[in-house]
Amino acid sequence: MKLKLRIWRQNGPQDAGSMVPYDLDDVSPDMSFLEMLDVLNERLTLDGQEPVAFDHDCREGICGMCSLVINGTPHGPQKATTTCQLHMRHFSDGETIDIEPWRARAFPVVKDLVVDRGAFDRIIQAGGYISAPTGSAPDAHAVPVPKPDADEAFEAATCIGCGACVAACPNGSGMLFTAAKITHLGLMPQGQPERDSRVLGMVHQHDEEGFGGCTNTGECTAVCPKGIPLAAISRLNADFRHALKASS
Amino acid sequence: MRRASVGLKMIMAASGGLLVAFLFVHMLGNLKIFVGAEAFDHYAHWLRTIGNPVLPNEWYLWIQRAVLTVAVVAHIWSAAVLTIRARKARPVRYAHRPKVRGSYAARTMRWGGVIVLLFIIWHILDLTTRTVNPVSDTTQAYAAVTQDFAPSRWWVTAFYVLAMVLIGFHLRHGLWSALQTLGVSNARRQRALKAAALVVSVVISGGFLIVPLGVTFGLVG
Ligand code: HEM
Ligand code: FES
Repeated sequence: MKLKLRIWRQNGPQDAGSMVPYDLDDVSPDMSFLEMLDVLNERLTLDGQEPVAFDHDCREGICGMCSLVINGTPHGPQKATTTCQLHMRHFSDGETIDIEPWRARAFPVVKDLVVDRGAFDRIIQAGGYISAPTGSAPDAHAVPVPKPDADEAFEAATCIGCGACVAACPNGSGMLFTAAKITHLGLMPQGQPERDSRVLGMVHQHDEEGFGGCTNTGECTAVCPKGIPLAAISRLNADFRHALKASS
Repeated sequence: MRRASVGLKMIMAASGGLLVAFLFVHMLGNLKIFVGAEAFDHYAHWLRTIGNPVLPNEWYLWIQRAVLTVAVVAHIWSAAVLTIRARKARPVRYAHRPKVRGSYAARTMRWGGVIVLLFIIWHILDLTTRTVNPVSDTTQAYAAVTQDFAPSRWWVTAFYVLAMVLIGFHLRHGLWSALQTLGVSNARRQRALKAAALVVSVVISGGFLIVPLGVTFGLVG
Protein backbone atom coordinates (compact mmCIF):
# COMPACT_ATOMS: atom_id res chain seq x y z
CA MET A 1 0.00 0.00 0.00
CA LYS A 2 0.97 3.64 -0.51
CA LEU A 3 0.72 6.15 2.29
CA LYS A 4 1.02 9.89 2.72
CA LEU A 5 2.51 10.57 6.13
CA ARG A 6 2.64 13.85 7.97
CA ILE A 7 5.00 13.58 10.89
CA TRP A 8 5.88 16.01 13.66
CA ARG A 9 9.59 16.83 13.32
CA GLN A 10 11.27 18.77 16.10
CA ASN A 11 15.02 18.88 16.39
CA GLY A 12 15.19 19.25 20.15
CA PRO A 13 13.29 20.54 23.18
CA GLN A 14 13.82 24.19 22.19
CA ASP A 15 13.06 23.78 18.47
CA ALA A 16 9.67 25.01 17.26
CA GLY A 17 8.89 21.90 15.20
CA SER A 18 6.36 21.34 12.43
CA MET A 19 4.46 18.67 10.52
CA VAL A 20 6.57 17.34 7.64
CA PRO A 21 5.04 15.33 4.74
CA TYR A 22 6.54 12.04 3.52
CA ASP A 23 5.31 9.69 0.80
CA LEU A 24 5.85 6.03 1.55
CA ASP A 25 5.26 3.28 -1.06
CA ASP A 26 5.51 -0.48 -0.64
CA VAL A 27 3.97 -0.69 2.81
CA SER A 28 2.78 -4.20 3.60
CA PRO A 29 -0.58 -4.43 5.38
CA ASP A 30 1.04 -7.00 7.66
CA MET A 31 3.59 -4.53 8.99
CA SER A 32 3.10 -3.08 12.41
CA PHE A 33 2.87 0.69 12.63
CA LEU A 34 6.39 0.87 14.02
CA GLU A 35 7.75 -1.39 11.28
CA MET A 36 6.22 1.01 8.77
CA LEU A 37 8.19 3.82 10.47
CA ASP A 38 11.31 1.61 10.42
CA VAL A 39 10.93 1.38 6.64
CA LEU A 40 10.65 5.15 6.41
CA ASN A 41 13.67 5.61 8.64
CA GLU A 42 15.79 3.22 6.57
CA ARG A 43 14.96 5.25 3.52
CA LEU A 44 15.70 8.54 5.26
CA THR A 45 19.02 7.17 6.50
CA LEU A 46 20.00 5.95 3.01
CA ASP A 47 19.05 9.38 1.65
CA GLY A 48 21.36 10.94 4.23
CA GLN A 49 18.51 12.49 6.20
CA GLU A 50 17.86 12.42 9.91
CA PRO A 51 15.55 9.46 10.79
CA VAL A 52 12.36 10.13 12.73
CA ALA A 53 12.90 9.65 16.47
CA PHE A 54 10.15 7.65 18.17
CA ASP A 55 9.98 5.64 21.38
CA HIS A 56 9.59 1.87 21.47
CA ASP A 57 11.02 -1.06 23.33
CA CYS A 58 9.18 -4.37 23.69
CA ARG A 59 6.98 -4.11 20.58
CA GLU A 60 4.75 -6.60 22.38
CA GLY A 61 2.30 -4.17 23.95
CA ILE A 62 3.65 -4.57 27.48
CA CYS A 63 6.34 -1.98 28.17
CA GLY A 64 4.42 1.24 27.49
CA MET A 65 7.22 2.94 25.57
CA CYS A 66 5.53 3.40 22.19
CA SER A 67 3.59 6.63 22.19
CA LEU A 68 2.22 8.02 18.96
CA VAL A 69 -0.86 10.10 18.36
CA ILE A 70 -2.16 8.71 15.07
CA ASN A 71 -4.74 10.83 13.26
CA GLY A 72 -5.50 12.54 16.54
CA THR A 73 -5.96 9.37 18.58
CA PRO A 74 -3.29 8.11 20.97
CA HIS A 75 -2.20 4.64 19.80
CA GLY A 76 -4.39 4.98 16.72
CA PRO A 77 -7.78 3.66 15.68
CA GLN A 78 -7.67 0.13 17.08
CA LYS A 79 -9.29 -0.20 20.52
CA ALA A 80 -7.22 -1.56 23.43
CA THR A 81 -4.11 -1.75 21.26
CA THR A 82 -0.72 -0.11 21.64
CA THR A 83 0.95 1.55 18.66
CA CYS A 84 3.44 -1.32 18.40
CA GLN A 85 0.59 -3.84 18.13
CA LEU A 86 -1.31 -1.82 15.56
CA HIS A 87 -1.07 -3.16 12.02
CA MET A 88 -1.17 -1.33 8.72
CA ARG A 89 -4.18 -3.38 7.56
CA HIS A 90 -6.31 -1.01 9.65
CA PHE A 91 -5.42 1.78 7.23
CA SER A 92 -6.41 2.09 3.61
CA ASP A 93 -4.26 2.44 0.52
CA GLY A 94 -3.51 6.07 -0.26
CA GLU A 95 -4.54 7.25 3.19
CA THR A 96 -2.97 10.33 4.80
CA ILE A 97 -1.77 9.57 8.31
CA ASP A 98 -0.87 12.32 10.76
CA ILE A 99 1.62 11.30 13.45
CA GLU A 100 2.22 13.51 16.47
CA PRO A 101 3.81 13.14 19.90
CA TRP A 102 1.86 13.06 23.18
CA ARG A 103 0.93 16.68 23.83
CA ALA A 104 1.20 17.78 27.45
CA ARG A 105 3.18 20.35 29.39
CA ALA A 106 4.22 17.55 31.75
CA PHE A 107 5.53 15.50 28.79
CA PRO A 108 7.98 17.84 27.02
CA VAL A 109 9.13 16.78 23.57
CA VAL A 110 12.71 15.52 23.56
CA LYS A 111 12.92 15.08 19.81
CA ASP A 112 10.38 14.47 17.04
CA LEU A 113 7.89 11.99 18.49
CA VAL A 114 9.81 11.24 21.69
CA VAL A 115 8.53 12.83 24.89
CA ASP A 116 9.94 12.77 28.42
CA ARG A 117 7.53 10.87 30.65
CA GLY A 118 9.62 11.31 33.78
CA ALA A 119 6.61 13.04 35.37
CA PHE A 120 4.97 9.61 35.71
CA ASP A 121 8.05 8.24 37.47
CA ARG A 122 7.91 11.11 39.94
CA ILE A 123 4.23 10.43 40.61
CA ILE A 124 5.16 6.82 41.39
CA GLN A 125 8.00 8.01 43.63
CA ALA A 126 5.49 10.15 45.54
CA GLY A 127 3.64 7.07 46.81
CA GLY A 128 3.05 4.48 44.11
CA TYR A 129 4.76 1.69 46.00
CA ILE A 130 4.52 -0.43 49.13
CA SER A 131 7.29 -0.58 51.70
CA ALA A 132 8.41 -4.17 52.24
CA PRO A 133 11.45 -5.50 54.05
CA THR A 134 13.97 -7.18 51.80
CA GLY A 135 15.37 -10.61 52.61
CA SER A 136 13.61 -13.92 52.29
CA ALA A 137 10.49 -13.74 50.12
CA PRO A 138 7.25 -14.34 52.05
CA ASP A 139 5.08 -17.34 51.16
CA ALA A 140 3.09 -16.58 48.04
CA HIS A 141 -0.34 -17.00 49.61
CA ALA A 142 0.46 -16.17 53.21
CA VAL A 143 -1.90 -13.17 53.07
CA PRO A 144 -5.25 -14.12 51.54
CA VAL A 145 -6.81 -11.65 49.07
CA PRO A 146 -10.52 -11.91 48.20
CA LYS A 147 -10.92 -12.95 44.56
CA PRO A 148 -12.96 -9.89 43.43
CA ASP A 149 -10.33 -7.57 44.95
CA ALA A 150 -7.53 -9.52 43.33
CA ASP A 151 -9.29 -9.29 39.96
CA GLU A 152 -9.91 -5.55 40.21
CA ALA A 153 -6.38 -4.92 41.42
CA PHE A 154 -5.01 -6.98 38.57
CA GLU A 155 -7.10 -5.11 36.02
CA ALA A 156 -5.61 -1.84 37.32
CA ALA A 157 -2.13 -3.33 37.47
CA THR A 158 -2.20 -3.94 33.72
CA CYS A 159 -1.56 -0.18 33.26
CA ILE A 160 1.72 0.08 31.36
CA GLY A 161 2.19 3.77 32.13
CA CYS A 162 2.31 4.78 28.48
CA GLY A 163 0.57 8.12 29.03
CA ALA A 164 -2.08 7.76 26.33
CA CYS A 165 -4.65 8.88 28.93
CA VAL A 166 -2.86 12.22 29.26
CA ALA A 167 -2.46 12.57 25.50
CA ALA A 168 -6.19 12.04 24.96
CA CYS A 169 -7.52 14.08 27.86
CA PRO A 170 -8.86 17.52 26.89
CA ASN A 171 -7.47 18.73 30.24
CA GLY A 172 -4.10 17.02 29.89
CA SER A 173 -4.88 15.15 33.10
CA GLY A 174 -2.94 12.16 34.34
CA MET A 175 -5.69 10.99 36.66
CA LEU A 176 -6.34 7.63 34.98
CA PHE A 177 -2.69 6.63 35.35
CA THR A 178 -2.55 7.84 38.95
CA ALA A 179 -5.87 6.15 39.73
CA ALA A 180 -4.74 2.84 38.23
CA LYS A 181 -1.83 2.73 40.68
CA ILE A 182 -4.03 3.81 43.61
CA THR A 183 -6.54 1.09 42.72
CA HIS A 184 -3.94 -1.58 42.21
CA LEU A 185 -2.17 -0.99 45.53
CA GLY A 186 -5.20 0.13 47.55
CA LEU A 187 -7.03 -3.16 47.01
CA MET A 188 -4.14 -5.23 48.30
CA PRO A 189 -3.57 -5.95 52.01
CA GLN A 190 0.05 -4.92 51.49
CA GLY A 191 -1.08 -1.52 50.26
CA GLN A 192 -3.09 -0.57 53.35
CA PRO A 193 -0.47 0.96 55.70
CA GLU A 194 0.48 3.67 53.19
CA ARG A 195 -2.92 4.08 51.60
CA ASP A 196 -3.65 7.62 52.88
CA SER A 197 -0.17 9.06 52.35
CA ARG A 198 -0.05 7.39 48.93
CA VAL A 199 -3.11 9.15 47.52
CA LEU A 200 -2.20 12.53 49.01
CA GLY A 201 1.39 12.29 47.78
CA MET A 202 0.54 11.06 44.31
CA VAL A 203 -2.22 13.61 43.69
CA HIS A 204 0.06 16.38 44.95
CA GLN A 205 2.85 15.30 42.61
CA HIS A 206 0.39 14.88 39.73
CA ASP A 207 -0.67 18.51 40.13
CA GLU A 208 2.89 19.75 40.66
CA GLU A 209 3.94 18.22 37.35
CA GLY A 210 1.45 20.44 35.55
CA PHE A 211 -1.18 17.87 34.59
CA GLY A 212 -4.72 19.23 34.48
CA GLY A 213 -7.62 18.11 36.67
CA CYS A 214 -10.07 15.39 35.65
CA THR A 215 -13.53 16.32 34.34
CA ASN A 216 -14.73 12.73 33.97
CA THR A 217 -15.03 13.09 30.23
CA GLY A 218 -13.81 9.55 29.69
CA GLU A 219 -11.46 10.18 26.75
CA CYS A 220 -8.71 8.44 28.73
CA THR A 221 -10.49 5.10 29.10
CA ALA A 222 -11.52 5.18 25.46
CA VAL A 223 -7.90 5.22 24.27
CA CYS A 224 -6.28 3.22 27.09
CA PRO A 225 -4.55 0.24 25.49
CA LYS A 226 -5.29 -1.74 28.64
CA GLY A 227 -8.88 -0.58 29.11
CA ILE A 228 -8.36 0.83 32.62
CA PRO A 229 -11.91 1.82 33.64
CA LEU A 230 -13.02 5.31 34.67
CA ALA A 231 -14.20 3.77 37.95
CA ALA A 232 -10.54 3.73 39.02
CA ILE A 233 -10.71 7.53 39.25
CA SER A 234 -13.75 7.31 41.49
CA ARG A 235 -11.77 5.01 43.76
CA LEU A 236 -8.89 7.50 43.84
CA ASN A 237 -11.37 10.24 44.76
CA ALA A 238 -12.87 8.11 47.54
CA ASP A 239 -9.39 7.37 48.91
CA PHE A 240 -8.48 11.06 48.69
CA ARG A 241 -11.58 12.06 50.64
CA HIS A 242 -10.86 9.42 53.25
CA ALA A 243 -7.24 10.56 53.56
CA LEU A 244 -8.29 14.19 53.99
CA LYS A 245 -10.65 13.23 56.80
CA ALA A 246 -8.01 11.08 58.46
CA SER A 247 -5.41 13.83 58.30
CA SER A 248 -7.62 16.60 59.66
CA MET B 1 0.03 26.71 47.90
CA ARG B 2 -1.35 24.89 44.87
CA ARG B 3 -4.68 23.41 45.84
CA ALA B 4 -5.11 19.72 45.01
CA SER B 5 -7.08 19.25 41.79
CA VAL B 6 -9.16 16.57 43.47
CA GLY B 7 -9.92 18.97 46.34
CA LEU B 8 -11.09 21.63 43.88
CA LYS B 9 -13.30 19.03 42.23
CA MET B 10 -14.79 18.19 45.63
CA ILE B 11 -15.64 21.86 46.14
CA MET B 12 -17.33 21.91 42.73
CA ALA B 13 -19.24 18.74 43.51
CA ALA B 14 -20.46 19.91 46.92
CA SER B 15 -21.46 23.41 45.79
CA GLY B 16 -23.07 22.00 42.66
CA GLY B 17 -25.01 19.51 44.76
CA LEU B 18 -26.40 22.32 46.88
CA LEU B 19 -27.43 24.24 43.77
CA VAL B 20 -29.17 21.18 42.33
CA ALA B 21 -31.10 20.72 45.58
CA PHE B 22 -32.18 24.36 45.33
CA LEU B 23 -33.15 23.94 41.69
CA PHE B 24 -35.27 20.92 42.48
CA VAL B 25 -37.21 22.71 45.23
CA HIS B 26 -37.49 25.87 43.10
CA MET B 27 -38.85 23.82 40.20
CA LEU B 28 -41.46 22.15 42.42
CA GLY B 29 -42.48 25.54 43.85
CA ASN B 30 -42.91 27.01 40.37
CA LEU B 31 -45.42 24.29 39.50
CA LYS B 32 -47.84 25.97 41.96
CA ILE B 33 -48.61 28.32 39.11
CA PHE B 34 -50.81 25.60 37.64
CA VAL B 35 -52.94 25.72 40.79
CA GLY B 36 -53.87 29.35 40.21
CA ALA B 37 -53.04 32.98 40.84
CA GLU B 38 -54.00 32.97 44.49
CA ALA B 39 -52.05 29.82 45.33
CA PHE B 40 -48.94 31.10 43.53
CA ASP B 41 -49.00 34.55 45.12
CA HIS B 42 -49.69 32.99 48.48
CA TYR B 43 -46.70 30.71 47.98
CA ALA B 44 -44.50 33.71 47.07
CA HIS B 45 -45.70 35.49 50.18
CA TRP B 46 -45.11 32.42 52.33
CA LEU B 47 -41.49 32.25 51.09
CA ARG B 48 -40.96 35.60 52.78
CA THR B 49 -42.37 34.40 56.08
CA ILE B 50 -40.35 31.20 56.46
CA GLY B 51 -38.94 31.07 59.96
CA ASN B 52 -41.52 33.46 61.45
CA PRO B 53 -41.73 34.31 64.27
CA VAL B 54 -38.14 33.31 65.11
CA LEU B 55 -36.84 35.07 62.01
CA PRO B 56 -38.27 38.40 60.90
CA ASN B 57 -39.80 38.58 57.42
CA GLU B 58 -37.47 37.79 54.52
CA TRP B 59 -34.61 36.75 56.81
CA TYR B 60 -34.77 33.17 55.66
CA LEU B 61 -34.75 34.35 52.06
CA TRP B 62 -31.66 36.45 52.65
CA ILE B 63 -29.89 33.56 54.39
CA GLN B 64 -30.70 31.34 51.42
CA ARG B 65 -29.47 34.03 49.02
CA ALA B 66 -26.20 34.26 50.93
CA VAL B 67 -25.71 30.49 50.94
CA LEU B 68 -26.52 30.19 47.23
CA THR B 69 -24.17 33.06 46.41
CA VAL B 70 -21.35 31.38 48.32
CA ALA B 71 -22.08 28.12 46.48
CA VAL B 72 -22.14 29.83 43.07
CA VAL B 73 -18.89 31.69 43.77
CA ALA B 74 -17.15 28.55 45.05
CA HIS B 75 -18.39 26.57 42.06
CA ILE B 76 -17.21 29.13 39.51
CA TRP B 77 -13.95 29.85 41.31
CA SER B 78 -12.90 26.19 41.37
CA ALA B 79 -14.07 25.74 37.77
CA ALA B 80 -11.97 28.74 36.72
CA VAL B 81 -8.84 27.53 38.53
CA LEU B 82 -9.18 24.07 36.97
CA THR B 83 -9.89 25.50 33.52
CA ILE B 84 -6.75 27.65 33.64
CA ARG B 85 -4.72 24.64 34.75
CA ALA B 86 -6.19 22.52 31.96
CA ARG B 87 -5.31 25.16 29.36
CA LYS B 88 -1.75 25.32 30.67
CA ALA B 89 -1.49 21.53 30.72
CA ARG B 90 -1.54 21.42 26.90
CA PRO B 91 0.48 24.39 25.63
CA VAL B 92 0.98 22.93 22.14
CA ARG B 93 -2.20 21.78 20.44
CA TYR B 94 -2.59 18.79 18.17
CA ALA B 95 -2.48 19.52 14.44
CA HIS B 96 -5.00 16.74 13.88
CA ARG B 97 -7.60 16.38 16.59
CA PRO B 98 -10.96 14.66 16.17
CA LYS B 99 -13.83 16.03 18.25
CA VAL B 100 -13.77 14.92 21.84
CA ARG B 101 -15.85 11.76 21.85
CA GLY B 102 -17.32 12.30 25.30
CA SER B 103 -20.92 13.40 25.53
CA TYR B 104 -22.11 16.78 24.29
CA ALA B 105 -22.87 17.61 27.92
CA ALA B 106 -19.30 16.91 29.02
CA ARG B 107 -17.89 19.04 26.23
CA THR B 108 -20.05 22.07 26.97
CA MET B 109 -19.58 22.29 30.75
CA ARG B 110 -17.39 25.39 30.64
CA TRP B 111 -19.23 27.52 28.10
CA GLY B 112 -22.54 26.10 29.27
CA GLY B 113 -21.69 27.16 32.80
CA VAL B 114 -20.94 30.72 31.68
CA ILE B 115 -24.27 30.93 29.86
CA VAL B 116 -26.09 29.59 32.91
CA LEU B 117 -24.45 32.36 34.96
CA LEU B 118 -25.63 34.98 32.46
CA PHE B 119 -29.09 33.44 32.71
CA ILE B 120 -29.06 33.67 36.52
CA ILE B 121 -28.18 37.38 36.30
CA TRP B 122 -30.97 38.02 33.81
CA HIS B 123 -33.37 35.90 35.83
CA ILE B 124 -32.75 37.86 39.06
CA LEU B 125 -33.20 41.17 37.19
CA ASP B 126 -36.36 39.68 35.73
CA LEU B 127 -38.29 37.90 38.48
CA THR B 128 -36.64 39.08 41.68
CA THR B 129 -35.81 42.77 41.25
CA ARG B 130 -38.32 43.07 38.34
CA THR B 131 -35.97 45.49 36.60
CA VAL B 132 -36.69 43.92 33.21
CA ASN B 133 -40.15 42.58 34.05
CA PRO B 134 -43.42 44.27 33.03
CA VAL B 135 -44.79 43.92 36.61
CA SER B 136 -42.85 45.92 39.18
CA ASP B 137 -45.06 45.16 42.21
CA THR B 138 -43.09 42.39 43.92
CA THR B 139 -46.16 41.05 45.74
CA GLN B 140 -47.61 40.12 42.34
CA ALA B 141 -45.65 36.97 41.50
CA TYR B 142 -48.34 35.38 39.34
CA ALA B 143 -48.83 38.50 37.23
CA ALA B 144 -45.09 38.87 36.84
CA VAL B 145 -44.68 35.35 35.49
CA THR B 146 -47.73 35.37 33.24
CA GLN B 147 -46.93 38.75 31.71
CA ASP B 148 -43.25 37.92 31.42
CA PHE B 149 -43.91 34.92 29.21
CA ALA B 150 -46.89 36.38 27.34
CA PRO B 151 -46.91 35.39 23.64
CA SER B 152 -45.84 38.93 22.63
CA ARG B 153 -42.70 38.49 24.72
CA TRP B 154 -41.87 35.18 22.97
CA TRP B 155 -38.16 36.01 23.02
CA VAL B 156 -38.12 35.88 26.82
CA THR B 157 -39.67 32.42 26.67
CA ALA B 158 -37.19 31.41 23.98
CA PHE B 159 -34.29 32.55 26.13
CA TYR B 160 -35.62 30.68 29.16
CA VAL B 161 -36.10 27.55 27.05
CA LEU B 162 -32.55 27.76 25.75
CA ALA B 163 -31.21 28.32 29.26
CA MET B 164 -33.20 25.40 30.72
CA VAL B 165 -31.98 23.05 28.00
CA LEU B 166 -28.40 24.12 28.70
CA ILE B 167 -28.95 23.66 32.41
CA GLY B 168 -30.27 20.19 31.65
CA PHE B 169 -27.03 19.34 29.85
CA HIS B 170 -24.93 20.97 32.55
CA LEU B 171 -26.72 18.94 35.22
CA ARG B 172 -26.52 15.69 33.32
CA HIS B 173 -22.75 15.65 33.18
CA GLY B 174 -22.38 17.64 36.40
CA LEU B 175 -24.40 15.26 38.52
CA TRP B 176 -22.65 12.17 37.26
CA SER B 177 -19.26 13.85 37.53
CA ALA B 178 -20.00 14.92 41.10
CA LEU B 179 -20.83 11.34 42.06
CA GLN B 180 -17.57 10.24 40.50
CA THR B 181 -15.64 13.02 42.25
CA LEU B 182 -17.11 12.16 45.62
CA GLY B 183 -16.11 8.55 45.03
CA VAL B 184 -19.68 7.22 45.06
CA SER B 185 -19.39 5.69 41.62
CA ASN B 186 -17.79 2.36 40.84
CA ALA B 187 -17.73 -0.07 37.94
CA ARG B 188 -20.96 -1.77 38.93
CA ARG B 189 -22.92 1.40 39.71
CA GLN B 190 -21.63 3.56 36.86
CA ARG B 191 -24.45 2.86 34.40
CA ALA B 192 -27.16 3.24 37.01
CA LEU B 193 -25.70 6.52 38.27
CA LYS B 194 -25.43 7.93 34.76
CA ALA B 195 -29.06 6.99 34.14
CA ALA B 196 -30.10 8.59 37.44
CA ALA B 197 -28.24 11.79 36.54
CA LEU B 198 -30.07 11.86 33.22
CA VAL B 199 -33.48 11.36 34.85
CA VAL B 200 -32.91 14.06 37.48
CA SER B 201 -31.74 16.58 34.88
CA VAL B 202 -34.67 15.86 32.57
CA VAL B 203 -37.11 16.22 35.48
CA ILE B 204 -35.57 19.51 36.65
CA SER B 205 -35.15 20.97 33.19
CA GLY B 206 -38.58 19.77 32.02
CA GLY B 207 -40.30 20.87 35.24
CA PHE B 208 -38.94 24.39 34.79
CA LEU B 209 -39.73 24.45 31.09
CA ILE B 210 -43.44 23.75 31.31
CA VAL B 211 -44.04 27.01 33.21
CA PRO B 212 -42.90 29.55 30.58
CA LEU B 213 -44.11 27.29 27.78
CA GLY B 214 -47.46 26.86 29.56
CA VAL B 215 -47.85 30.63 29.82
CA THR B 216 -46.81 31.35 26.23
CA PHE B 217 -49.11 28.68 24.85
CA GLY B 218 -52.07 29.71 26.97
CA LEU B 219 -52.29 26.85 29.45
CA VAL B 220 -51.79 29.30 32.33
CA GLY B 221 -52.98 32.85 32.77
C1 HEM C 1 -38.36 28.59 33.70
C2 HEM C 1 -37.67 28.52 34.74
C3 HEM C 1 -37.78 29.38 35.97
C4 HEM C 1 -38.83 30.17 36.44
C5 HEM C 1 -40.21 30.37 35.84
C6 HEM C 1 -38.35 30.77 37.65
C7 HEM C 1 -39.13 31.64 38.44
C8 HEM C 1 -38.64 32.31 39.52
C9 HEM C 1 -39.39 33.24 40.33
C10 HEM C 1 -40.86 33.63 40.10
C11 HEM C 1 -38.56 33.68 41.30
C12 HEM C 1 -38.88 34.72 42.37
C13 HEM C 1 -39.38 34.09 43.60
C14 HEM C 1 -39.77 35.17 44.56
O1 HEM C 1 -38.89 35.87 45.06
O2 HEM C 1 -40.98 35.32 44.78
C15 HEM C 1 -37.28 33.02 41.14
C16 HEM C 1 -36.18 33.18 41.97
C17 HEM C 1 -34.95 32.60 41.74
N1 HEM C 1 -34.59 31.73 40.71
FE1 HEM C 1 -35.80 31.03 39.32
N2 HEM C 1 -37.05 30.35 37.88
C18 HEM C 1 -36.67 29.51 36.88
C19 HEM C 1 -35.45 28.85 36.73
C20 HEM C 1 -34.33 29.08 37.51
C21 HEM C 1 -33.05 28.47 37.34
C22 HEM C 1 -32.72 27.42 36.27
C23 HEM C 1 -32.22 28.97 38.28
C24 HEM C 1 -30.77 28.66 38.57
C25 HEM C 1 -29.89 28.29 37.73
C26 HEM C 1 -32.98 29.89 39.04
C27 HEM C 1 -32.47 30.61 40.07
C28 HEM C 1 -33.23 31.42 40.86
C29 HEM C 1 -32.71 32.09 42.00
C30 HEM C 1 -31.26 32.00 42.52
C31 HEM C 1 -33.80 32.80 42.57
C32 HEM C 1 -33.82 33.58 43.85
C33 HEM C 1 -33.37 34.92 43.74
C34 HEM C 1 -33.70 35.51 45.09
O3 HEM C 1 -33.13 35.02 46.09
O4 HEM C 1 -34.49 36.40 45.13
N3 HEM C 1 -34.27 29.93 38.55
N4 HEM C 1 -37.35 32.18 40.04
S1 FES D 1 6.76 -0.84 22.41
FE1 FES D 1 6.33 -1.74 24.34
S2 FES D 1 4.20 -1.37 24.49
FE2 FES D 1 4.62 -0.69 22.50
